[in-house]
Amino acid sequence: MKIYIMGIESTAHTFGCGIVTSNGEILSNVKSEYMPPSGGIHPREASQHHSQKALSVIKKALEEAKISLYDIDGVAISLGPGLGPCLRTGATIARAIALLINKPLIPVNHCVAHIEIGRLITKEEDPLVVYVSGGNTIISAFSDGRYRVFGETLDIALGNCLDVFARHLGLPHPGVPKLEALADKGKNFIFLPYIVKGQDVSYSGLLTTAIKYIGKYDSCDLSMSLLETAYGMLAEVTERALAHTEKTSLLLTGGVARSLRLQRILKSVCEEHSARFHVVPPELAGDNGAMIAWTGYLAYKENITIPIESSFIKQRWRLDEVEIPWRMRY
Amino acid sequence: MENEILIKKGAEAELYKSTWMNREVVIKRRKSKSYRNPDLDRYIRVHRTSLEAKLLSDARKLGVPTPIVYDVDLNNTQIIMSFIRGPPLKNLIPKMNKEYMKKTFIEIGRLVGLLHKGGIVHGDLTTSNMLIQNDMIFFIDFGLGDYTKDIEARGVDIHLMRRAIESLYYEFSEYAYESFIIGYKEIMLDEANDILKRVIEIRKRGRYVEGDRHK
Repeated sequence: MKIYIMGIESTAHTFGCGIVTSNGEILSNVKSEYMPPSGGIHPREASQHHSQKALSVIKKALEEAKISLYDIDGVAISLGPGLGPCLRTGATIARAIALLINKPLIPVNHCVAHIEIGRLITKEEDPLVVYVSGGNTIISAFSDGRYRVFGETLDIALGNCLDVFARHLGLPHPGVPKLEALADKGKNFIFLPYIVKGQDVSYSGLLTTAIKYIGKYDSCDLSMSLLETAYGMLAEVTERALAHTEKTSLLLTGGVARSLRLQRILKSVCEEHSARFHVVPPELAGDNGAMIAWTGYLAYKENITIPIESSFIKQRWRLDEVEIPWRMRY
Repeated sequence: MENEILIKKGAEAELYKSTWMNREVVIKRRKSKSYRNPDLDRYIRVHRTSLEAKLLSDARKLGVPTPIVYDVDLNNTQIIMSFIRGPPLKNLIPKMNKEYMKKTFIEIGRLVGLLHKGGIVHGDLTTSNMLIQNDMIFFIDFGLGDYTKDIEARGVDIHLMRRAIESLYYEFSEYAYESFIIGYKEIMLDEANDILKRVIEIRKRGRYVEGDRHK
């Protein structure tokens, strides 16, 4: 019998609802993204956006999936990591739906979901994962029952670094594509702090310096140098992880995965190590409900559900805290 | 150089065995990365080559056996250093009796203590990066090393050492680690306490695990 799982995503600026089946079909994947009128994302304002849009997003997801709410077998909710007010809004909605249809609530870690949807789409059983977004910068591989973190940022995420710099240049949201267009016209490389510590990267000093240089240097040169430095750091720790884990494929996901420049760089790293390179398509690489639903299904199969009264959100829920019983032990 | 034999290809550098001025040497050469901006690539390779050469010789001054640096060639971003025949500690551990193991790990603890006390962290302390020759334990590959007295960096050093011991010699790993700590404390004295506390924290984070090599 086919099982239908609904997934609710609301960890940051995206409210998403997706519906998948036990066969791995994505029946619908609807989202609404909060766009701040100016500046960055204010968590409270983003959460208000989520509560305003939730109903229409969920309705549309059901319509596109051509099923009724009562056909759903379980409601998966992204409990973290993310922004508190946004997480609470999504969790409240998911709890209400689970109670209404009297079906289990399934806790899902947002980072695990990014990996699982990537594996589903690319059919790669055991890739090295590079997950880069506005809130996360993680290099991970499965080992001994969990997604282990082989490298990560020590401070701010890659997407955050680039977004903030783009805003300082006066580029409207989303900043990264516009930053890349500027960078294409850059000619002279400007040295900026390149910080790699063992397997980890640090972007905060790079950002501070790049902002300080605005006005002193040509914006095209500065953008090019920032991107080369930031992506170069990521490529280096990725290469090290690839050599260390000896994985034969690499999966690039998260919001920043759509950067063509980053794709080119990581592809070249893969070629040097004869690894297959995959990019998760943008609608599934950015935050979305389908990835929560699919991971929810994997968990549901293992009887992982959570009682409503203990379904607390976890703002700092680390990827490597989560046990992954649905994967064979390597 | 003539007669170079590739002995190891890492993510960052390649190691060759060769001869130089009638000596058996190892050449560690950092290769250019096509994915990096050429100016940045050059800077990183030059910077790391000179840092590693400095760390190798400073570690030696602190009393830790390391290969002797014969030549640092920043144009070719390579270090020419003395060849240490080995074998790696990794291969010896399974053959050790308990007494010899204790002696060896106390000595390793002392050597790591000397490094840390002198303001150096190795960054990749595994039993493959320690070679035994003439009853001396040589530390090699300071490619991830740095000058720091940071508790976290020192803690990671010790944690990696512990993981390496466990992955090779499970039965006596506690014993080997305890011996290591005896030697480490002998040098670091009270300074060791905060670092060892941090090691427990790092272990709980559960992220510095061995790769899938031993699956």
